[in-house]
This record gives sequence, C-alpha cells and structure tokens, in this order.
Amino acid sequence: MAAPKKAAAGAAQDKTDGGSPPEFTREQELTALREMLLIRRFEEKAGQLYGMGAIGGFCHLYIGQEAVVVGMQMALKEGDQVITGYRDHGHMLATGMDANGVMAELTGRRGGYSKGKGGSMHMFSKEKHFYGGHGIVGAQVSLGTGLAFANHYRGNGNVSVTYFGDGAANQGQVYESFNMAELWKLPVIYVIENNRYAMGTAVSRASAQQDFSKRGVSFNIPGKQVDGMDVRAVKAAGEEAAAWCRAGKGPFILEMQTYRYRGHSMSDPAKYRTREEVEKVRHDQDPIEQVRNRLLAAKVSEADLKAIDAEVRDIVNASADFAQHDPEPDAAELWTDVYR
Amino acid sequence: MPIQVLMPALSPTMEKGNLAKWLKKEGETIKSGDVIAEIETDKATMEVEATDEGTLGKILIPEGTADVAVNTPIATILADGESAADLAKAPAPAAKAAESAPPAAAKAEAPAPKAAPAPQAVAEPDPEVPAGTEMVTQTIREALRDAMAEEMRRDADVFVMGEEVAEYQGAYKVTQGLLQEFGAKRVIDTPITEHGFAGVGVGAAMTGLKPIVEFMTFNFAMQAIDQIINSAAKTLYMSGGQMGCSIVFRGPNGAAARVAAQHSQDYSAWYSNIPGLKVVAPFSAADYKGLLKAAIRDPNPVIFLENEVLYGHTGEVPKLDDFIVPIGKARIVRSGSHVTLISWSNGMTYALKAADELAKDGIEAEVIDLRTLRPMDTETIVNSVKKTGRAVTVEEGWAQSGVGAEIAARIMENAFDYLDAPVARVSGKDVPMPYAANLEKLALPSAAEVVEAAKAVCYR
Repeated sequence: MAAPKKAAAGAAQDKTDGGSPPEFTREQELTALREMLLIRRFEEKAGQLYGMGAIGGFCHLYIGQEAVVVGMQMALKEGDQVITGYRDHGHMLATGMDANGVMAELTGRRGGYSKGKGGSMHMFSKEKHFYGGHGIVGAQVSLGTGLAFANHYRGNGNVSVTYFGDGAANQGQVYESFNMAELWKLPVIYVIENNRYAMGTAVSRASAQQDFSKRGVSFNIPGKQVDGMDVRAVKAAGEEAAAWCRAGKGPFILEMQTYRYRGHSMSDPAKYRTREEVEKVRHDQDPIEQVRNRLLAAKVSEADLKAIDAEVRDIVNASADFAQHDPEPDAAELWTDVYR
Repeated sequence: MPIQVLMPALSPTMEKGNLAKWLKKEGETIKSGDVIAEIETDKATMEVEATDEGTLGKILIPEGTADVAVNTPIATILADGESAADLAKAPAPAAKAAESAPPAAAKAEAPAPKAAPAPQAVAEPDPEVPAGTEMVTQTIREALRDAMAEEMRRDADVFVMGEEVAEYQGAYKVTQGLLQEFGAKRVIDTPITEHGFAGVGVGAAMTGLKPIVEFMTFNFAMQAIDQIINSAAKTLYMSGGQMGCSIVFRGPNGAAARVAAQHSQDYSAWYSNIPGLKVVAPFSAADYKGLLKAAIRDPNPVIFLENEVLYGHTGEVPKLDDFIVPIGKARIVRSGSHVTLISWSNGMTYALKAADELAKDGIEAEVIDLRTLRPMDTETIVNSVKKTGRAVTVEEGWAQSGVGAEIAARIMENAFDYLDAPVARVSGKDVPMPYAANLEKLALPSAAEVVEAAKAVCYR
C-alpha cells in the first residue's frame, strides 16, 4: 500500500483515487455481503421492535453506512480497538459481537452486553476490543486517542480506529486530540463518517471546511476522502491508514463519504431532505447492491446469495426472539457495577 | 547614602527563601537591571535584578543561606562617590527591595503557600500507623511526590500526565524529579488541553493502564468535566461491569491566595455528587501520601483534591515501605465531648484552631477529618454526634448543596434523637471569590466563625 503523497506543508491530502479500488476475491465479496446484510437486517429489525415499543429511548440506525465498518474491519488485525459514537450497532456487529447480546441490550434485558444498563448507545466488549458506544458527541475521539496512547505505551503494534460523524467533527476536543495524536505519533485512524447530516443539519450549514479529510491539515495529519459506499475502497483506505499508523508515523484521517437512509433517530421527521435524494442514493450507490451485482456478474448463483440472506435472517430473527423473551435485569442489578 | 538590597518576595505570599547564589562580587559595578543574585523557594528559582546603580558594597547574607525572611537586607549598594566607610550609614530595613523578575506565566505561578506548619494538634493516634513507627518530617508536596514515585516503581502501568509535570517539574513542583527517574514515556507533558488529555487518560485507563492525570488546578478541570463524569465515572455501570477505569485526577482545589474568582473555588461538592467517583481531600502530610497511594491502586476513578495553600506545610509521615491509608475512612484527630467539628482539607485549619480556642473556654471539641468525601464515613460522624449531641461542619466551599449540607442531612437521618441543637454550617460566603485582601478574607471561613458556631450549638 502506497504511503500518502506528502504535500509541501507536510500533510498529504488525497482526493478519492480515480478509477476502481482493488478487486475483492470472491471470498472477500461474500464475507462483505454477509456482514453488511447482517447489519442491515439487524437494523431493520431494531426499527420494527422500536415501533412495537420493545426498544425505548434513543435508537440510531446505521442503514446505508454498512460498507464503512465492514470495509474497515476487513483492514484490521486482532487486538485493534474500535470506538464510536451513538450510531453504534453496526460497529458492534462488525467487530463480531453477538447479535443476541446487542439486541437484548436494545430491549434492556439481562442478556444484553451491559446487562440492560447501557442501552443502544452504551455497549462494550472487552473480548472484541470494542470500547463503546458513547452518547456524548465527540467524546469518543479523545477516548479513542487514549486507546492509541495505550498501544503506543505498550508498544503492541495495534491501532485504534476512532469513528465519528461529520457533526462531531466540529467539537473542540476533536482538535485537542488531533494535536496530541500527531505530537506523540499515536497509532489512531480517525474515521469521519460523513453521512451529510448532523441530525437535521446539512454539512454545508454547519461546516466551514466541508472536506473533512483536510481537518487535520494544521496538525500535519494526512487525510483522504473515500467512497464510503464501496466496501473495497474502504478496505483499501483502511489498510493504507493502518500501515501508516503501524509504521509509527502517527494518526491518519479517513473521510468516509456515506449516507444514512433512515432518520437521525426513530423520531426524525426528515424534513431537511427530500425523499428523492434518499431514493437516488439507494438506487445508485447502495453498498450491498454493489457487492450483490458484482457477485452476480461473476456468476455466483441467486440461490447462493439467497442462502446467505436466509442465514442472516435467521440470526436476526433469533436475536429479536431472544431480546423479547430474555428477562429484565434483576432489581438488585440497580446497585451493582457502580464501583469495583 | 548606601542603598540596601532586601530579600525579595517572589510571590505575594512568600515569607522566606534561600539565597542560592551571588552573581556579583563585592566591589563590582552594578547597573540597573543587572542580575545580582539567585533566590530559590521550594517551588521556584528566580533571579534578583538590581533596581539601583553603583557598586556592590557589602554582601550581608552569604550564598547558600536558607530560610532568609522577606525584606531582610541581603546586600548594600554604594552610589557613586560613596565608599565602604559609608556603609555604617546604611538605613535600617524597609528601604527599597530589589525586584524579582516577574513570573512568566500567571497560570503556573500562583502564590507560594504560607510557610507556617499547619496546626496539627493531633490528640488521637493514627490507626493506620503501628506504634513505634519512625516518622519523617516532609512537606505535603514531597509526600505527594513520594507517593507517585513509589507507585510508579511498583507498577509499570502507572504514569503521570498533565501540563508542566515533566520538564518544568510541576507547576507547583509536586512532580519534582519524576521525569529524571521515570523518563518521558511515563511522565508526560501535555499541551494546554484539559478536555482532550482527560479523555486520553480515560481512554488509556479503559485498556487497563493507570494514569495519574494532573490538573494544574481543578478550576481548569471544568473544561474536562464531561470526560470525568460521563466517561470515567459511568463507564463501569454502562458496560455492565465489563469495562471500568482506574484513574486518578489530582491537583490543587479550593481557595488559593489572591487569585480571585476563576482560580479560587472548591469543587468538593461537585465531584462528591457523582456515583462512580471516589473523592479524596486530605489534610495531613501522612494522609496525602497514604491516600494518594491508595487512590492510584484503586480500580475506580478517584478525584484527589489537594490544596495549594497546604503544599508547603510540613507534617510527620510514617517511614514505612508501603504506607497506605484506606479510602473512605474519616479520622478523629482530636477527641472531645461537647461538640463535633467536621471538616476536611484546608477547612481543618480553621477547625483545629477553633478547637484550641474553644478549649480555653472549657468547650472540648471533637474534630473529625473526613479525608474522603465519597464514600463518606457516616459511621464515624454519627458515632461522634451521638457522644457530643452537637455538630458544626466547616468547609471552604459554598453552603448551598454543599458537603456540609450533606453531612447535616446524614446526621439528621441517623442521629436525630441524639441532637441537642440543629447542626450548624460554616462555609465560604455565597459570592465569587474577590481579589482584595480584606474581601478575600471575609469570603473564606475563619476560626472565629467556627468558634461562634460551636458556641451557638452549645448555647453558650
């Protein structure tokens, strides 16, 4: 993987590479398809359960953005950490966390990852190196930088993948973190998921610099804009960034240009964009359809793809079933886990 | 007439310092602005600049002299035409003092503490210290440094980060020498970026490292309070016990001297409101050491509230290989039967002075040093109140929703039938901290107010 071009100022700023990203093997295409489908079906089911009243509070769905986490995860190695904000279900599934545990947390049951005490926005898995799940916009950026600090301190060769949105990119602590990460050469990939809207505010209405790959320029952090709807482009960019970090060169920014099909949360009337806009992205750029079409063109049979679909549906249905039948946490759980 | 050069004050509250070095010899010509000597205190070294011209007539205080009081004549300068014979005519002290170079950063250079030892009329032996233990006299600053150094030697996962903690040796010299022993990997100077480095510390702690995050003062930690509360305090609960963080946030808290409203505030009540945090605020040098070591080892986030005014105070610290004071235990430092005075940190200064005064009037006060604010040692408070029937809380912070209010509520809930009078609170006045010396004094609690409150609850 080529290192990014160094600009005169010391920071590389690449636009999306022209042409197609490196091809996937059939096996990689199938993996990507399965992982993305799992997230989409899971989120659709979560939306249904929310409508039925089984999930409460805030619930932010990841539908449309699946290629970002799936492609990034394909670029990582064991021990690399992942941390993100509140739109986190996709990240958890991508890191291999169990669908039952995630869904049961959404319904606030004892079998949830946080025993029902965290909910949609606050889940963690030490085993899968998933560090949350954070409800305060931008807080995960400093925390993720701290994960990278720990990797650097231990010299373990791991990378922290710190996800945040175009909205969080305007928070002050993001830049405090950029400064320290570059100053100390911390191995952190800042993945800015630009889905074009921070809640209901379009990027153009909130951001003076709309090219998020340039947000690290004054810290000399290289950045790159990536087609976040193409899982192959994401994986390639992720590998480039990870190699940069693992070589001890410090942080790397990836702006993932993506789109969320659903509202900000379940109660979003979506008056800030047209139905046509959403339909156009779905029709032209859908990350899952892209993979499916490539597989069909490569003569993978409809039946094989349907089998994957069925397998994923079974996992999701089982998780919904578990999440509705698992008991609520014991009342005594109210008082546990405050201190250890 | 020869001009006297006086021992300068490097800060508004400095009372004495060491004359480290003379840079001019007797008989040398001096121009205004020349650096003539170096003065050091326990936290800083400063150059003394001449404000007069002439010849250095006589050095009155030789270099290497320690504890020279401010305004002591240290040398004489002869004006043109004067000779050593004129020295006899030099006026008594209170001529012009040489001026020290002003501190570069106001933020770093808050006033030095008063040098007087804290009143530590300890009547009760410390239960954590075995009888016959050898004691060493240390400043609180040194006790804190030793606590960190011992824990860093013991556990490679412990590191310290903050503004000016490494190369500058600590804004208040608390981290003095740590960089030299442990290196830049474990003693980390951060940019001025409280919110960011607090988050970095918490993130590192979530992986199992044990950061000591120094805030230059807790006033600046307001920039970081989201990470302290929303990330550090709540993660263990939100993760169902999977992921917590062992981290210490430490630094000076409470009223400093003459730095006005933004640099002089007590956050005891703020942090002690939060489940998931432990909050420690010691008074004695031994407790500073033993509790900081306990805080560093604690698997939970600990807010360790120090006090700038106390840093230079000395106390007896047990000379033990591993002296730990458990978090969550108050200490009765003076026993008495008529009224219970409850305080912590620098509030103890007022409480102990008041107890001395009250004794002269035949009122024997029992004085409790809470030491830990969360978890609060309700049992020790309640047992004392059951004995005395009366209680006064003493704090530098504001009364509304304060720690004193919490103590009063606990006494009411647990010892209502034993009370012979309503609990009284002595606190900081309900105003931002003023700058003017007289107003600042009025804004803080005083021993006299504690005496008055104690007498009121004793109906005397």
